[in-house]
Amino acid sequence: MAERERPATPRGKRGLRFNWALNLALVPMSLTVLFCYIGTVLWSLRISTTSSRTFPASDFVGLAQYERLFGSERWSVSLQHLVQFGVVFMVATLVIGFALAVFIDQKVRAEGVLRTVFLYPYAMSFVATGLIWQWTLNPELGLQSAMRRMGFGDFTFDWIVTQDKAIYTVAMAAVWQMSGLVMALMLSGLRGVEEEIWHATRIDGIPRWRVYLSIVLPMIAPSVATAMVLLFLSVVKVYDVVVAMTGGGPGNATEVPAKFILDYLFGRANIGMASAASIVLLLTAMAVLAPWMYARKRSERRADRRGA
Amino acid sequence: MAAAASARPAAGAAASRPRLRPRKPWSTPARLGIYAFLLISAVFFLLPLYVMLVTSLKTMDEIRLGAIFALPGSPRLDAWVQAWSSACTGLECRGIQVGFWNSVKIVVPSTVASIFVGALNGYALAFWRSRWAGWLFGVLLMGAFIPYQVFLYPLVRGLALFGLFGSLPGIVLIHTVFGMPVMTLLFRNYYAAVPQELFKAARIDGGGFWRIFFQLMLPMSTPILIVAVILQATNIWNDFILGLVFAGRENLPMTVQLNNVINSTTGERLYNVNMAATILTSMVPLLIYLVSGRWFVRGIAAGAVKG
Repeated sequence: MAERERPATPRGKRGLRFNWALNLALVPMSLTVLFCYIGTVLWSLRISTTSSRTFPASDFVGLAQYERLFGSERWSVSLQHLVQFGVVFMVATLVIGFALAVFIDQKVRAEGVLRTVFLYPYAMSFVATGLIWQWTLNPELGLQSAMRRMGFGDFTFDWIVTQDKAIYTVAMAAVWQMSGLVMALMLSGLRGVEEEIWHATRIDGIPRWRVYLSIVLPMIAPSVATAMVLLFLSVVKVYDVVVAMTGGGPGNATEVPAKFILDYLFGRANIGMASAASIVLLLTAMAVLAPWMYARKRSERRADRRGA
Repeated sequence: MAAAASARPAAGAAASRPRLRPRKPWSTPARLGIYAFLLISAVFFLLPLYVMLVTSLKTMDEIRLGAIFALPGSPRLDAWVQAWSSACTGLECRGIQVGFWNSVKIVVPSTVASIFVGALNGYALAFWRSRWAGWLFGVLLMGAFIPYQVFLYPLVRGLALFGLFGSLPGIVLIHTVFGMPVMTLLFRNYYAAVPQELFKAARIDGGGFWRIFFQLMLPMSTPILIVAVILQATNIWNDFILGLVFAGRENLPMTVQLNNVINSTTGERLYNVNMAATILTSMVPLLIYLVSGRWFVRGIAAGAVKG
């Protein structure tokens, strides 16, 4: 009994003595969580229920700012662009990223070089991406003019200056930047697929493309889900690439919610409505995140139980 | 969250698997199709880089011909020199180098600070029991997914309260705060794989919280430190919105200055200078990417949760 007690006492004492060191170390994280994450969200929520314009007011106007927000044409146009951009960008990036991963996984030569080529745009900033594509798609001096000079006399690609198509050129630039990321994520998923599956399906004579679609794709579903969540989040907060590439134009053809918020916060001094908009953005992100996090937690717990 | 843990085995498998089976000959129709697809994709991915490079080496007269794919007649570096040292943003014409040095001043302390805090958090979470640390960590991770726009205004006011808004310490603090979720996750997962026996042995030898951290854990964290540096340096260098809002007029990072050079100039647009400036701005992350190779991919897999 004395033997059992001896290690217990010093550990308890030491635990007490060291606790302040541990708590001191946790100060930065605590401050960040309390003030920068929880506090700011609550503050934004509060401001969104006031009539604040240039300075925060302390009155309470209920959901009036939200009503004004959804009554504003610029906001509804921004949301519409977000959907157009989001659908095109996500579908294209996932399909291209998955295709690149599958084709690279065919034991090709120069695999390393190809991977480097597909991923390098991801190392660049969204600003640089936007500027490069702004120049490449310039209707007078860019792609269109170059194709015409090469003999395609009536080749036309002026979407970047066309009211109802410009948002798709922004999506194109974003696809170029992010496809490599999806490829890298999918490739690490594919490399986890066991050789036996390939042997078995080859013996059964199942065509390779069927195996990829019906067997491998469901197997790497977690990688796909992660990629989708990442892409979705970058859709919700898309800003830099729009500012650099089109500045929201032509007209308001590429206005997006994140830009709306920034403009109303700092340019137009309407922080009440901007805060309401940011809360809407937050709820949108959470609507997708919550189920994903829940599913992940559950599968983690299941894996833990299996491990134990 | 499991991403970081699986990053290592995945990278290992990627390195070893192609050698398991001999490569197939590439002359069958299927193989030709695969190579054709990959080649066309590679061209699509490389084309903008090529256009940017040749444009930066041309004269404006050549650019006005409207042949972006043509090679420059006589390549010249004038545009590069101009972009670096005399390109204008508004009235000021000191070139993109101002932004370059601002970015260096922001990236170096922000990377160091965010990694230090992340390592400390990860260490505390992995080895020390605290009633509320796990809860804090959960909220912190949620924070990684919240769009920045929600935080902006309260943080502007908060920093202004301490006189830090629009200053170098202010923007460093902001990067530390927003880098914290991913950095903490990265280090927590790394330390979770360190055997508990090692930690217990250090405790029995009388090691305290800080001593075990500085003398045992940090020295054995080299691989994850490299990943963290790559991740943070690239992210912070490429940041636009935080620098725009928080850095202040004197410290605007290179990405913001680049955008100002190109999108707010009046008069004739000098496309060659613009493209040279874009290359110069992208040079740092691209070099990090090319030099670090597989480490960069590991960083992506580990930091995949970042918003």
